[in-house]
Amino acid sequence: MIALALQAAPQEGGFVPPAIEDLHLPDILPWGADYGTGFGKQMLLVLLSVALISWFLVAASRRRQLVPGKFQFLGEGSYNFVRNSIGKDLIGERDFKPFVPLLVTLFFFILVNNFFGSVPFIQLPTTSHVGTAYALAGIVYFYWIYLGIKTHGIGYFKVAVVPSGVPKAFLLPVVLIEIVSTFLVRPVTHSLRLFATMLSGHMIIALAASGSAFLLTQTSGLMPVLGVLTMAGGIGMFLFEVFIQLLQAYVFVLLTAVYIQGSISEAH
Amino acid sequence: MEIHGSLNLIGYGLSAIGGGIGVGLVFAAFINGVARQPEAQRVLQPLAFMGLAFTEALAILGLVFAFVIGA
Repeated sequence: MIALALQAAPQEGGFVPPAIEDLHLPDILPWGADYGTGFGKQMLLVLLSVALISWFLVAASRRRQLVPGKFQFLGEGSYNFVRNSIGKDLIGERDFKPFVPLLVTLFFFILVNNFFGSVPFIQLPTTSHVGTAYALAGIVYFYWIYLGIKTHGIGYFKVAVVPSGVPKAFLLPVVLIEIVSTFLVRPVTHSLRLFATMLSGHMIIALAASGSAFLLTQTSGLMPVLGVLTMAGGIGMFLFEVFIQLLQAYVFVLLTAVYIQGSISEAH
Repeated sequence: MEIHGSLNLIGYGLSAIGGGIGVGLVFAAFINGVARQPEAQRVLQPLAFMGLAFTEALAILGLVFAFVIGA
């Protein structure tokens, strides 16, 4: 990304901040580029993440011992975290078990794909492309609608949008608001929360890097001192970003559990 | 004086005010609750993050509209 930042730095005076186009590298294989999808860096990273996660989970559970080693402890700890503090606490002890695989898969997939943003030389969170976030949130969206219909029959839509105990006079506006917030805004915010935080974090680091590069190399007098400051701020943001990446994976899976719980529970 | 840039970003800044206040209230209540009853943290933490997620929605919509609606 430093190279990117240098590239984004201006050739003839004046600072040009990095734009979103600078963050998305050209396709590696221009296969299907006519339809808008080449084989880009993000796709490669998604495949890499799947390989990494499979390797990690298989390796962590291969030599199981009663007293776990460090590696087994890490695997079991992260699995237990999702299973107990998200699945069991939110969906409920009675029927959380069928959903644990989905939650664990989502958590690891998003976590690794977010962490790609903080790995040197990779430096691109896959989820900073909106397509990844749409796909993930779309899977969850259709899954909880399917679960709701499976639990309540076609009357699920009535359960979901008609709250109980509302006076008849207010029913129409309340139902309209519920329809918009449940079936339209919910998947949009679910996906865009992940995408927007990853993209903006990535942009801030790129901006700090390109700003420092510009200030340190292209200016004179006291201005390079400011470049040192922006670089320090960039490193601070980098560390903060690691925390945000973990938090967003947690929030995404947490909301998945909340939506699943909402569609399998008895009443609204 | 000439000012360049997009008014959209001012709109995004305004929409972030609401989200900022809301997230602050959510976590103030969470910290209050945990300070009064530390053993309730396990119960309150998912609730706090859920509240964070719902409150953030407006700021996220603001950010998206700032980019989507033409400059």
